[in-house]
Amino acid sequence: MSIDISDYLVPDGVVLGCDAVDANEVIGLLADHLQKAAVVKSSYGAAVISREAIMPTGLPLGDGFAVAVPHTDPEHVISSGVAMATLSKPVMFGSMDDPDKKIPVSVVFELALRSKDEQIEMLTAIGQLLQDEGRLRRLSSASSIEEVTSILNSTY
Amino acid sequence: MSDRKIVLVACGTAVATSTVVANSIEEEMSARGINVETRQCKVTEVPSLVDGVDLVVSTTPLPSNLPKPAIVTLAFLTGIGRDQEIEKIAGILTGKAAGAN
Repeated sequence: MSIDISDYLVPDGVVLGCDAVDANEVIGLLADHLQKAAVVKSSYGAAVISREAIMPTGLPLGDGFAVAVPHTDPEHVISSGVAMATLSKPVMFGSMDDPDKKIPVSVVFELALRSKDEQIEMLTAIGQLLQDEGRLRRLSSASSIEEVTSILNSTY
Repeated sequence: MSDRKIVLVACGTAVATSTVVANSIEEEMSARGINVETRQCKVTEVPSLVDGVDLVVSTTPLPSNLPKPAIVTLAFLTGIGRDQEIEKIAGILTGKAAGAN
């Protein structure tokens, strides 16, 4: 019952070369896209930002490269979906294992998932992507949604 | 013959992250013939649940002065340092690790 990230990707929620200057700006931007696509409620963006402040989701991958997976409780989600941003310049997120440690994030997956099983499967799928550095680097410099989908689909 | 070891797996909300970590630990330990049971909790619940366990593994910072061996790691999400963490966990559970109680 494994899932593909691309199946959950909200087309209007993919922002490539985003020039946001901090984590809250990226989170808010992606939340706006998810809300316009009727994936999340209006309460979602603020809920993600406040969770991120207490329990940050940055995942350091070495070589100064990092990914973040901001999310919040299902009560703010209407139907499951994922938004994604690649940053033109990395923005600082707290590291999941140490909130006081700020790490430069180049790719953000903002998760809006209804069920616990979806959350587990999505995290597993993202984990597999994180362990494939080549694919992740190509993703961070992708220039079209077709390219993003094709990179996300090239798992196996 | 090995007695069952209990690993408490903690994350921020005890939903997804701790499940991914717990699944990996169960898989890797059983591949090494180590009989392991995982329990999941929020990081804030660790102090009240730590007594009955052999090891605590968390993806977020743990309270200091826990009376049991404890590891904070993202290796089961990012893959970085995964093999070393698995060896460390196996060492603690089999009593072969330096510094484990």
